[in-house]
This record gives sequence, structure tokens and C-alpha cells, in this order.
Amino acid sequence: MDAQFKPHIIAFLCKWCGYAGADMAGTSRLKYPPSIVPIQVPCSGRIKMEHVLKALTNSDGVLIAGCHVPSGCHYVSGNFKCLKRVTLLKKLLMQIGINPARVRLEWISATEGRKFARVVREFTRELEELGPLNLAENSGGNRDKRE
Amino acid sequence: MLNPSLTTRKERIGVFVCHCGRNIAATVDTEKVVEEILKHPAVAHAEDYEYVCSSPGQGLIEKAVKEKRLTGVVVAACSPSLHENTFRETAERAGLNRYKCEIANIREQCSWVHEDVENATEKAIKLAKSAVEKVARNEQLEPIKVGLYKKALVIGGGIAGIRAALDIADAGFPVVLVEKNPTIGGHMAQLAETFPTLDCASCILTPLMSAVVHHPNIKLLTLSEIIDVKGYIGNFHVRIKKNPRYVDPDKCNLCNNCVDVCPVAVPSEFDEGLSLRKAIYIPFPQAVPSSYVIDLDACLGMNPIICGKCADPDICGPEAVNFDDQEEIIEEDVGVIIVAAGYELYNPKNIGEYGADKYPDVITSLQFERLLSPNGPTAGIPKRSSDEKIPKKIAFIHCVGSRDERHQPHCSHICCTYSAKHALLFKELVPDAEVYSFYIDIRAVGKNYEDFIRRVQEEAKIRYIRGKVSKIYEQDGKVKIFAVDTILNKRIEIEVDMAVLALSIVPAPSIEDLASKMRIQIDRNKFLQELHPKLHPVESATSGIFLAGAAQSPKDIQDTVAQASAAASKALGILTQERISHIPTVAKVYKDYCSGCGLCIPVCPYGAIELVNGTAEVNEVVCEGCGACVSTCPSGAIDLKNHTDEQVGIMVRAVAGEI
Repeated sequence: MDAQFKPHIIAFLCKWCGYAGADMAGTSRLKYPPSIVPIQVPCSGRIKMEHVLKALTNSDGVLIAGCHVPSGCHYVSGNFKCLKRVTLLKKLLMQIGINPARVRLEWISATEGRKFARVVREFTRELEELGPLNLAENSGGNRDKRE
Repeated sequence: MLNPSLTTRKERIGVFVCHCGRNIAATVDTEKVVEEILKHPAVAHAEDYEYVCSSPGQGLIEKAVKEKRLTGVVVAACSPSLHENTFRETAERAGLNRYKCEIANIREQCSWVHEDVENATEKAIKLAKSAVEKVARNEQLEPIKVGLYKKALVIGGGIAGIRAALDIADAGFPVVLVEKNPTIGGHMAQLAETFPTLDCASCILTPLMSAVVHHPNIKLLTLSEIIDVKGYIGNFHVRIKKNPRYVDPDKCNLCNNCVDVCPVAVPSEFDEGLSLRKAIYIPFPQAVPSSYVIDLDACLGMNPIICGKCADPDICGPEAVNFDDQEEIIEEDVGVIIVAAGYELYNPKNIGEYGADKYPDVITSLQFERLLSPNGPTAGIPKRSSDEKIPKKIAFIHCVGSRDERHQPHCSHICCTYSAKHALLFKELVPDAEVYSFYIDIRAVGKNYEDFIRRVQEEAKIRYIRGKVSKIYEQDGKVKIFAVDTILNKRIEIEVDMAVLALSIVPAPSIEDLASKMRIQIDRNKFLQELHPKLHPVESATSGIFLAGAAQSPKDIQDTVAQASAAASKALGILTQERISHIPTVAKVYKDYCSGCGLCIPVCPYGAIELVNGTAEVNEVVCEGCGACVSTCPSGAIDLKNHTDEQVGIMVRAVAGEI
């Protein structure tokens, strides 16, 4: 394992909860690794799994943060739609030999800055253990071992 | 990808990097960000400044837009939740469309959470690039404007619906008030006196009922139900079924002859089954509209061989009784809807151990309310159903079915105070009575309620026992109550003459059907769900539909009236506009790609999509822009304006450092 490896994370944050939670982490001056770069989406239910796959070809892991189930979603049920898709995507990832732990779905409310920072730290540590994904450069050779 | 006409080639984006004093500049090398972002082919201008949000900072943006002929602006600064609107207004002043301005959040999600300058700067550059890529592909959009029907529909004629209807009608707008029962007034009409002031309920309610029926702006439809609701804010089309009354309220003069001759007697709903009414009846003397109604299920029928006595011209002089009355379908176009569908008591049969359905002297709180009422079945002196005797020992049981995971997990909010009121009123009528009150906690939250409870406990000498009743049964004319006193930690067995159950407040069973017709959410206890518990307490998730009264959560008359007036004022906020504005960042269908599979229709939480001529069509006024349909469409035929798949794809590449 490369001790210097710093995983790169792309985060899809829903505007109402996940993104606001990340803002809260900022206003609380909580620290987390800079390897995560966010993209704001209107709702976790907006995220196409193609987007997640696309993000995986350019990163080592994808974080999705939406509003808490069951009733936190600003658009009623987008969080459930996202949950279903991510569950399916994880099965697909397993089939193509990518560790499904590289995609992490979390419910983070606008007040949970602390949780956001903790999740990023945890996820970064997990990805450090998993090592780089390098899908773009090497489609096939360097995939995760089958679970 | 679907919109190849959108290219970034002609775009000239300006990027303004804010120092935010040292908030950003201490961790992000803003000069480096400017230097790097200038290498981007779409960026025509970039500069950093101490406080971009300040007046001179905004001036820099305006100046650059004009001098450098910029087509879009990115401000790399604090979170969009703070100043997105500020900078969009700046962009508008400079002559740009407000959607040609995007924020790169390099403070809350960069400088404040990272310490290493090199890494934070690198991330800030990625964020700025991602915003540049997005804004370059943003469409110029204007808010959607639609006309509206300046009329309101109020569902439910209890105190909530009455208050809301009167408020809107008094402001000069027409209101259709729909009530499923033969009269308006709701549960409040059944009450004897109201806490904590002990005003007589009828005295404060009946003038309002009368005001409704005489108001020139209110169209009252009793015995009526909603069939369906179509449309959207400002433009709802509602179909209402008006059931026949069989008595013409305009002709009826309330002579009571029909009631006298009617041979059929059935339990009175108004008196909660404690008295009998005829098949032709008026629910209570002050009912509105002031007319009899025939209960067709109880009526023997119009055939003169069987009965038809009430329709005899010798009995009904004005010939108001009309057996040929037909059900009517009424269609209304309204701009706003207020749902005030009210509540019911939890069915006591569900709580077998208390035996309310078996024992005549174990009654519900609403029944006791009728017994206390001067126009009730016992003329205001509570008597036992079993032997007509005035009880000398009585127990009030709180939280019957409430705060109980086996029944209703919620607190019914009003029972503590009304049970205290019952105890006090009863003690005033029967001063030598022994009165017990079994409670879990006393929750008397409301103006002057605590004083009221204290007065009941201390002056009226009501014995409050903290503990849950485990079993009630009636034997040899005595009601036996088994309980545990959780303060003294001992078992209690007492014999009383009457037990009154403060049953849980639950929404009417029809609420689920009504909610689904209007696309309103319901919560875990089946009450109507407000849009936000703090900030939007009277709005439903469907714009233009508002909530009032106990259908939203159990509440007392004070809160109900306050909420009804709040809902009315929100409704008036819409009705007073000439046109309604709606966000333009909505879903858009590329018809050439749409296969008409219809998968997008059920995923839309707002019912904004329908198939028209075999392809999906988005009603832009109803769409809230969540994008659920976009991620569902298997053909990529729907996209979200200014958050397109192409934009997400390119932003992914930008944040990955590929661009």
C-alpha cells in the first residue's frame, strides 16, 4: 500500500441538506481532508447513476449526501429514489469488480456539520485502505478484488 | 449532451475571487486561483478583491461585465446560501440574466475546513472551474408567470374552515366552503364551554356560522364532498359532489311538523348517540343552513303507502320536502385551497380493556361534553345512561389511546385541559361529588392554561392521580377502575359512578383519500403534513394548498383559529396577485427522444408530468425542479434546466481536475 496515497473524492451534495450540512461544517470550522470536492445537486433523487460511474472514473470514491429518510426530503421522496438507485448501483459495482464501499450514501441534515466532517474523514480513511481506483487509466487491470 | 447548440465557445466568463478579509485569503492563494482560472478558454476576465460583496466589490463586477463584454460571472466566495442572490442582482444590474451568475463556494467548503494552503488552493481552482463550466452552459431564464382564478376553496366547515372562509371573504374574494355534514360548525358546536375562559361555545360560534351563510362572497355547499382536484396553484379545477338534502332550505321555515310526524328514530350524531333524532331532522337548532335534512338510510321512503308523512302538504306547508332532490356535480375553478378537514375521536372499541362500547357509564369526552351542554340530552346536568342518576363519583381518564404505541403515539394536545374543564364544570354542578383525574403528565401548554389547571386542582379539589388505568369494567351499577399510582407506587382500585375517557384525537378516516386527491403528504399519525414545521407551518407541499386546524395536528380552538387566519392570509397573498411567479429551473422534455414510456409520471412528487400525444409534457408551473424525472428517464429525454446532464458531467470532470 502506498503510504502517500491521498484518495480523491467527488461528492454530490443535495442543496437542502447535504450541501447545507457541509456549509455548517465550514461555519463550525471543522477540519477534514481537502481531497473531497463537492458538486451541488438540487436533490439526491436528481443524481443519475451514470453521474456516479462517471465520477468513479475520475476519483477513488463518491460520496452522496441527501436529506434524512423518511421525511427530510425537500421534494418529498427524492432521498428514497436515491437510496434505491445506489443499492442497485452497488450490486452492479460488485459485478464489475469494484468495491461497493467506494460509493457512500449518507443522510446529512443542514445542522449536521459534525457528521459531514466525520463522514469525510472516515470515508477518506477507508479509501486510503482500499487504495487508488484508476479506472480511467487502466480499465480492468487495477480493479478491486472481488468481495 | 442533448443540447448541442449550447456551446461554451462564445462565452466570456468573468471570475471574481473574494478574500473575505482573511477568511478565504489566509488559506487559499487567491492570486494563484486568478492566475490558473485565466488559463481556462471560456474565462475572459479574472480578478481578486478583498470583499467582493461590498459595494465597491459589486462595482468591479458591473464594470468588468460592461467593459469586457462578459456573458457570465462566477464569484468564488462564500456559500451560495449567503450571497447568491446578492451577486445575481449585481449581474442583473450589469445587464446579464440572473442565471448567468454562479457561486464557487471556496469559504464554507474550502478555506474554513482545510489548513494546507497548497491543497486548499488546488481545491478552490477546481471549484471555480466547475462553476465556470456550469455558468457557461446556463440558459438565460425568466421566472414563469401565469394568471390565476381569484377564488378560494375551503374544505371543512368547522371553526377552522369558517374562520378561513370569513377572512378571505371579508378581504373581498369569493370563497366556496365545502362541508360534508348537513351543517357547518364542526365539533366546536358540540362543546359546552371552552377552556380556559369558560365561554359558552355556541355563543362564540353561532354568530360566525350565521355570518358565513349571509356573506355575499361565500358560497356554502353542505352535504358535499370533493370528487377530485386537478391543476396547480392559481388554477385548480375542483369537482364537488353535493348530496341531496331532500328539503329545500329556502322554503323550510323550521316549523318542526315534519319531525313530529316522522316515525323513525335513530341515535343523534350531534349528541354522540346519547339521544335520538328522527329520520328528518335538524342536527341542532342553530344549524346552518337552517333547514331539516332527510337521512335516507333511516327514512322509510317516499312511497305514501309506506310513509311519506313529512311530504304531506298539510304537514309541510311551504312544500319544502322534496323527495326528488338529486345529487349534483358542481365544478369550480379556484386559485387556492385551504384544507380544514378536522378530526375525530379514536374509536373506543379499539381499547377493549376500558369497555367504552360495553358499559353505559363509561363514556367518551365528547359525550360528556354533550351531557354538560345546556342544549344536550340531559339539559346540562350529567346523568348516567344506565339509570338516569346524577353521578356522585366520577373519574376522568387522560391519554386514552394517546401517547400509546399500541394505539396512537402522538399527544392529543387538548385532553389535559379539557378534562380539567370537565372536572371543574361537573364539580360546580355537583359540589359534593368526588372527582378523580388519572393522568400521565399534565400538558397544559397555552396562554393561562397553567393557571386554569391550578385552579381546578386547588379550588375545585379534584384528586389528580398520576398513573395509567389498566382496566375498567362495570358491575352492579358501579364502574370499577384499576390503576397504578406511579407517585406513591401502589395499586389503586376505585369504584365510581361514571368514567369519562379522553380519547385520542385522530384525523378523519377520509383524510387519506382527500390528501391523495390533492397530493398533500400525511405524517406517520395520518395528520396532514405541513411543508416545514417551523417556517411553513400552514403550507402543504403542493403550492397553493394550505392547511388549518386539527387535520394538521391536534390543537385547541385558539391555535386552530390562529392557523386558519394564517392560512387565509397566505391564500390572500396569492389571490391579491395579478400573476404568479414560479422558478424557471424546471424539467424540460426533448420530445424527439421521448418514447412515451411514462416512467417519469409516477416519480414526480407533484404530478407535473403527463403524456400528451404519446410524449411526456411538463407543466412548468407545477414542476419544482427536483430532477427525479431526469434521473428516471431511460432515454435521456428529460433534462433539468440549468442543471443538465451535460452540466453535471462537465462539473464532474472539472472537480476531478481533468479540465
